[in-house]
Amino acid sequence: MQWETVIGLEIHVQLATKSKIFSGSSTTFGAEPNTQASAVDLAMPGMLPVANEQAFRYAIMFGLAIDAEINKRSVFERKNYFYPDLPKGYQTTQLAEPIVGAGHVDVQLSDGSSKRIRIHHAHLEEDAGKSLHEDFHGMSGIDLNRAGTPLIEIVTEPDMRNSEEAVACARKLHAIVTSLGICDGEMAQGSMRFDVNVSVRPKGEDKLGTRTETKNLNSFRFMERAIKLEVERQIELIEDGGSVTQETRLYDGDKHFSRAMRSKEEANDYRYFPCPDLLPVVFDDDYIARIKADLPELPDNRQARFIEQYGLSLYDASILSAEANMASFFEAVVKACDDAKLAANWILGELSARLNSEEQSVSASKISAVQLAALIKRIKDNTLSSAGAKKVFEALWNGENNDVDAIIEANGLKQVSDTGALEKLVDEVLAGLPDQIAQYQEADEKKRKKLMGGFMGPLMKASKGQGNPKLFTEILIRKLGE
Amino acid sequence: MHNKTVAELSKGLAQKEFSSEELTSHFLNRIETLDGRYNSFITVCKEQALADARAADKKIQSGTATAWTGIPFAHKDIFCTQGVTTTCGSKMLANFRPPYDATVALKFKEQGAVCLGKTNMDEFAMGSSNESSYFGKVVNPWGDNLVPGGSSGGSASAVAARLTPAATATDTGGSIRQPAALCGITGLKPTYGRVSRLGMIAFASSLDQGGPMARTAEDAAMMLNVMAGFDPKDSTSLDNPVPDYTATLNQDIKGLRIGLPKEFFTSDLDSKMAGAIRAAIAELEKRGAILKEISLPHSALSVPAYYVIAPAECSANLSRFDGVRYGHRCDDPKDLMDLYMRSRSEGFGEEVKRRILIGTYALSAGYYDAYYRKAQQVRRLIKNDFTEAFADVDVIASPTSPSPAFGFGSKGDDPVKMYLEDIFTISTNLAGLPGMSIPAGEIDGLPIGLQLIGNYFDEGRLLNVAHQFQTVTDWHTKAPKGIS
Amino acid sequence: MSIQQSDVEKIAHLARLEVSAEQAQRLTKDLSNILDLVDQLQAAKTDGIAPMAHPMDAEQRLRADTVTETNQRDALQSVAPAVENGLYLVPKVIE
Repeated sequence: MQWETVIGLEIHVQLATKSKIFSGSSTTFGAEPNTQASAVDLAMPGMLPVANEQAFRYAIMFGLAIDAEINKRSVFERKNYFYPDLPKGYQTTQLAEPIVGAGHVDVQLSDGSSKRIRIHHAHLEEDAGKSLHEDFHGMSGIDLNRAGTPLIEIVTEPDMRNSEEAVACARKLHAIVTSLGICDGEMAQGSMRFDVNVSVRPKGEDKLGTRTETKNLNSFRFMERAIKLEVERQIELIEDGGSVTQETRLYDGDKHFSRAMRSKEEANDYRYFPCPDLLPVVFDDDYIARIKADLPELPDNRQARFIEQYGLSLYDASILSAEANMASFFEAVVKACDDAKLAANWILGELSARLNSEEQSVSASKISAVQLAALIKRIKDNTLSSAGAKKVFEALWNGENNDVDAIIEANGLKQVSDTGALEKLVDEVLAGLPDQIAQYQEADEKKRKKLMGGFMGPLMKASKGQGNPKLFTEILIRKLGE
Repeated sequence: MHNKTVAELSKGLAQKEFSSEELTSHFLNRIETLDGRYNSFITVCKEQALADARAADKKIQSGTATAWTGIPFAHKDIFCTQGVTTTCGSKMLANFRPPYDATVALKFKEQGAVCLGKTNMDEFAMGSSNESSYFGKVVNPWGDNLVPGGSSGGSASAVAARLTPAATATDTGGSIRQPAALCGITGLKPTYGRVSRLGMIAFASSLDQGGPMARTAEDAAMMLNVMAGFDPKDSTSLDNPVPDYTATLNQDIKGLRIGLPKEFFTSDLDSKMAGAIRAAIAELEKRGAILKEISLPHSALSVPAYYVIAPAECSANLSRFDGVRYGHRCDDPKDLMDLYMRSRSEGFGEEVKRRILIGTYALSAGYYDAYYRKAQQVRRLIKNDFTEAFADVDVIASPTSPSPAFGFGSKGDDPVKMYLEDIFTISTNLAGLPGMSIPAGEIDGLPIGLQLIGNYFDEGRLLNVAHQFQTVTDWHTKAPKGIS
Repeated sequence: MSIQQSDVEKIAHLARLEVSAEQAQRLTKDLSNILDLVDQLQAAKTDGIAPMAHPMDAEQRLRADTVTETNQRDALQSVAPAVENGLYLVPKVIE
């Protein structure tokens, strides 16, 4: 049977506010346990929440970026359940009246097509704390520093049909929130976490199959692998005569394995109701219009600008413009070396290869934009051959030295572009190759090109790799034609 | 000394007739010798109170005192007080010493007032008889077998027995006004949002409101001057200007329009109560007030609406008591579920459990619309009734409770009988209006309360009417037998 | 609406309250009486009436995004039943 996969995403995005959504505690990542958990965050008796305006501003920015309706009135509700990382015994969230209504994002797929993914809504809520499972005499330790960090939860429609579309959607949302500056996008720190709803159905069937929810995927690669694994699992289950159980699953990326979550086995009844400690949040059109006017450049607009301003291809522009960090790195390189094409080639080639192999984002690049620009400048002024440039790149990456010119000097990578010296070398080499010269001179244009390599090899050897290949070629053609 | 009002004590301190230390010692001694009988205090802060009194005396000497500097008072044990055990009447918090002060507690500290201790209350403020406290029932000074009302029964009993000149209290469905009525004192529930709820342990967040209990309207006005005010840390606190509530006490009430809801004065009302209340209202008429019959057509639905909304809110508010960060934790929990189940079951008493369960049920899947949503719609109808009524009248008058103080255990084991005790008071909480109870007569030797309900932020007018009543009547000066 | 003992047991579990069979029986009676009282609401005509969550029709005030809290861990954990290395301890959490 032919199966169709249906995927919807729920994405938790930690907002980059300085303080928490309902208290004045810091949201800095990595503090000592419970040092950023105030009486409000700990739900001490009598403590009350006061909402952070910046969290709303960020949520509205997101809503505007996905072309969504902004609800001028939104209401916080209590979602009731017991868990040690949830101090109040309820999560303050939005349900019936979220801040951001329906919107959409457009994603580029590898076959060159694009697809529109609908966003059902996005709402504001508070993050929970963390349970640490290291053994404390058979107990777990609870750290509530994260409790109360503002989140927007973005809920998509089940519009995706395979893992590529799901990952493209996730990447696009990552690009949007980082471009807006409302989230640091650090997925390894949990700044953006993906829950994936997956179901399968026979191709042509309208009714949705039973779905599972795989929680807290924190890299695009894990997301892709978890979806593929879950699709296989569900199809296998059904084809073996079983059926899919609606459940919440946990994916272990290191072991590439998933299982149902025990804490979610119980059917929940969250008993949502409007939070009586918080009043409805109301904005007027002016407020929203002011935010709209100040919206930073969005990935789609930036892509168009890169094509227009730098003459990049659609493909290059789409990759370089997607992430705010990548885009600003690229523009910093271009600004310093004034060559968009070379900048794009080096970033998408050598630099991306390195980052990918080390699983790092551009913000963790060991080569700065200024260094890369200096390298490119030395290519442009013929100081470096492409082989030499790669050696300099290598040295920069490994931290041998952080000055491009010093590396060139120390490793003798400077190309010889002195025409007189090169001509002398050519004469010397040609003197030892009379047969090849004769062969060359008898050959037609097409064959001659091939025969050039036979001269270049000895020439590069004679110049200890430092001769400018472009100049060598020019001299050779001239001399052989005489 | 203990028969003096706060106003009189304030003058006495200013004129150095006595020191705060003398005054404080006097009340501490009374608590020590008499409270064994009433059980109105859970915690007495003897050393701290004396230290605070001495500090107050220095302030008085140096001329930097305010009206409250050196005045002893008590806090209902629902207000968090830094370093002082705050139990909320529950085993759950029997050993809880908050590392912070409620805004209300801070305000009294800023004035240099002297906190004598923390008063007993129904567990988590859930009750109308003070029989649900983990720390034992409170006895009404008007009779050893009589309840003081609830949930602020400890504050009411302590004020009535002259163990403290005044006490803070809270009112979610009548918890200031009903015990004030049953103990023969004056109590005021302010407009919702008038007094900060920060640090006041929540029962039902959209109904809870702190307020004063004292013997006279003048003292209540002095207390409200301290308690009222905007608090940026309470999202439901309202930023309206706070007047000097003592400034308008002496205004003439000639022409004041008093509404009498026909739904409250029916044949169901005890005839003695009806007679006493009508007699009290007649006093106001003599002072120039005009009586008008009004209608609050949905008032009969206030108790049913309340017993959905208050339990629903409390079911969530009390989820934080889970044995993890503070409060009672069961011994040797075998797993997480066991920790929750036993800590909560051991820590909460019967009435609290009942209300958590009702609230959980009303919010659970399939019942939300029939109960919670419906109750919130009825709540609006009740508020609309008042809005219409206040178009025609300035103040609404009624009995505070259906009867004077009743005996322990007399409501039997049906919780509903107890709930109906608050039939006259609950609608003002649902609407968020200010309400007051003042001593207004006696039935069979027991005090009864006249309830006055005002429009939003009209506490000044309520206090004015109450004070005018108290200038021509002496019900508020009557002490329970044996107290002189 | 009548409430069954099984309902009481279910909501008690949701509310994390332990009730014995005997308690559940008594609670079923109590809660039935309370629900009978509450059921008077059904008579009210509420078509088109907006539910009222707050007594005042006020709007939420919003705070400026500034850090106003300092580390109070020691004071706040002084009232905690079980802490170690700054963490609150609970029986093992199984995800």
